Amino acid sequence: MRGATRVTWAFGCATVVTLAAAGCGGGGGGGAAAGSDAGIVRAFWTDPQNPLEPANTNEVQGGKVLEMTFRGLKRYNPRTGKAENAVAESIKTDDQQNFDITLKKGWKFSDGTPVTAKSFVDAWNYGALVTNKQVSSYFFEYIDGYDDVHPENESAKPKAKKMSGLKVTGKNSFKVKLNQKFSQWPDTLGYAAFSPLPGKFFTDHENWLKKPVGNGPYKVDSYTKGQSMRLSVNKEYAGPDKPKNKGVELKVYTDQNTGYTDLQAGNLDVFDELPAGQLKNAERDLDGRYINQPAGILQTLSFPLYRKEWQTEKAKQVRVGLSMAINRKEVTEKIYQGTRKPAGDLTSPVLTKSGGYEPDMCGEVCQYDPKEAKKLIEDAGGLPGGKVTLTSNVDTGSHRQWMDAVCNSINNTLDKNDACTVNPVPTFSEFRKDIAGKKLKSMFRTGWQMDYPLIQNFLQPLYYTDASSNDAGYSDKRVDKLIDEANAAGEEEAVGKFQKAEEIVLKDLPAIPLWYQDGNAGYSERVSDVRLNPFSVPVFTDIRVK
Amino acid sequence: MGRYVIRRLLQMVPVFLGTTFLIFVMVYAVGDPVNAMFGDRAPDPATAAQLRAQFNLDKPVWMQYVLYLGDIFTGDFGNAFNGQPVTELMSRAFPVTLRLAVIAIVIEIIIGIALGVVTGLRRGRPVDSSVLMLTLLVISVPTFVTGTLAQYLLGVKWGWIPPAVSPEAPVGELLLPGLVLALLSLAYVTRLTRASISENARADYVRTALAKGLPRRRVNTRHLLRNSLIPVVTFLGTDVGNLMAGALVTERIFNIQGVGFQLWQGIVRQNSPTVVGFVTVLVIVFLLANLIVDLLYAVLDPRIRYG
Repeated sequence: MRGATRVTWAFGCATVVTLAAAGCGGGGGGGAAAGSDAGIVRAFWTDPQNPLEPANTNEVQGGKVLEMTFRGLKRYNPRTGKAENAVAESIKTDDQQNFDITLKKGWKFSDGTPVTAKSFVDAWNYGALVTNKQVSSYFFEYIDGYDDVHPENESAKPKAKKMSGLKVTGKNSFKVKLNQKFSQWPDTLGYAAFSPLPGKFFTDHENWLKKPVGNGPYKVDSYTKGQSMRLSVNKEYAGPDKPKNKGVELKVYTDQNTGYTDLQAGNLDVFDELPAGQLKNAERDLDGRYINQPAGILQTLSFPLYRKEWQTEKAKQVRVGLSMAINRKEVTEKIYQGTRKPAGDLTSPVLTKSGGYEPDMCGEVCQYDPKEAKKLIEDAGGLPGGKVTLTSNVDTGSHRQWMDAVCNSINNTLDKNDACTVNPVPTFSEFRKDIAGKKLKSMFRTGWQMDYPLIQNFLQPLYYTDASSNDAGYSDKRVDKLIDEANAAGEEEAVGKFQKAEEIVLKDLPAIPLWYQDGNAGYSERVSDVRLNPFSVPVFTDIRVK
Repeated sequence: MGRYVIRRLLQMVPVFLGTTFLIFVMVYAVGDPVNAMFGDRAPDPATAAQLRAQFNLDKPVWMQYVLYLGDIFTGDFGNAFNGQPVTELMSRAFPVTLRLAVIAIVIEIIIGIALGVVTGLRRGRPVDSSVLMLTLLVISVPTFVTGTLAQYLLGVKWGWIPPAVSPEAPVGELLLPGLVLALLSLAYVTRLTRASISENARADYVRTALAKGLPRRRVNTRHLLRNSLIPVVTFLGTDVGNLMAGALVTERIFNIQGVGFQLWQGIVRQNSPTVVGFVTVLVIVFLLANLIVDLLYAVLDPRIRYG
């Protein structure tokens, strides 16, 4: 067993380390920087929540490492968000369901072993198999045979270890069969979960976790969990975006404010989690070395459509009224200092207009208009039960502040002190439990962070009948049909169909769009060319060290 | 003496079981940690079920506790949810915090007791009043203010020290955090020593010693100070435990990856094995520190005997 280290050992070590450090203390720390760190980017990091396996990483801090150490079939262009071929030479299909994939030759993992079709197929099978407990398994759900390796039922055992939809046809080619038509599927392949894995991952898993080996522009030199990771340039890297620096050092910080102080003191170069309290003065503090750019995150307010009182036509009108009663502009400027932008559709600016982003789709419904809002709600017979509550977890993201602001906005609109009350839930996991149990009776916060920059990802998981994150319980045959059609259509036609579906959703308004979230970062004088990709991860390969 | 220690050690067993059980129940009652691992989205039920089974979360609480305790006795504190053994976290965090705590305690003892003696012997004089004022000031300003202020001035404004402590946390880098951490207790130690000294200064044994013709210096150090230290030692004993566990604020400000930080992170991520494991060790530290304090009484005051 992995954890069976003796306690006595821990204590023994404790004393030894204390003595040793006391003996040599004083000199070490500060001076070590200059010589060995030349050309190295020092970046903020916190401990990733889960082990660093590609299909087991779903948050930014782990994502940062994967973006540096792995390249999949595709990669999202850090500027445009478009999926472009990376390891893939071509991905072809005639029917939007069966895909022929060929790989470019000459790609290698940093340990020198070649990247082959098998590296992908094995990795995907590993990620999908339920007994491997990978939190991002659902990325493979469209591949034929996923249900056999990952049954939906909690207690069911997997029937197979490999997905029947994956077939290796040669050293550098394989076939994928999906369980439904999905024209944009190749564009999902830029996500880290689809990364290839070297043989070592399967044969020597324990050591692989200690020092992950991938095929990306950087390789891991050393990894001390909870402290730091040092990465240097991967000489085997075959992609076009070769690093413009000599390496990256990720430093774990105990607190965002400490990271910010270290950035100001010049001991840290790239800092992508600015503390909320500093946003106001960050631009000035850092002399403009501050980035604020769209991230693929949308905040919405959902309604429990599984409850009778929210299903009626009148309730729909109330929802429109509520949407118009919210002063989005004021909240995003006063509370979030412009790091959120008022939302006008259900997607995100990172998609760009050609990808389906349409800021005016919601139109007047998302504009603040208290008079009209009051009229609409009163015409519909007032709020169901005379009042609404607004529920969200309050442990992160300054949620409490905007909840109060939104409720005030609604109360002022309706000239009633108790029309809207907030119901703060202490932790996210409790909040999630209430949502999953369909226990909420009134409005609640739903945030969506995209998995890949596709309009499909902003609609299908959220508004398709019984979809995995359809928390409102929304169901509309026309929307389902349009999404099915979009998936079966060619890529360009698909966007238009998705937008039609989105229009219907916005008419029914199961969720009120609130604001688009931005990613922000600050950087030191020592570096230049710092920017964030659509997932708010710094593009390390581009960073130059002065 | 030996029998007394054994009796005390035996008494620790029920205390240990009781506290760990309470902590265990409290941590596990907070919510479902598996949900938190999936970020801002609904967990997929099959994977969640697998994870729950791995961490024994699918069993009733009492059974989880029994399983957990069984593992602890074999030296296995379980794995944090990122797969890292909790013992590994401990072996890294405790030395760091221990170093920080030792620095703080040394500062408290040296400066605190010295100030206490000086003020205690010069009651009502200007030195006394000004030190009293200063301690009042220190007690009323919260640690996060002194900490961030010191960090900003010394680390950013004047650039004398790196504001963040490196992961290895050498003693030199821990001096400032240690001082910040010690300030509050230092004020208390000063006040305790001062009160105790000024009270005992009029005691019979001091007068006797002086009447016998012992030099003032010897009376003060060997008789007066030794007897006056009992309340201070009691305070320092409990403070060791506090410094080990309660350095959370200081540790976060100065980027010290010690016990307080690990506990904080464990709580935020609902990482129950980490929280319960660390607290269990802290319980032992508290119990042992108290035992040592009690034994020190006998050393300091010859009238106290343990049988």
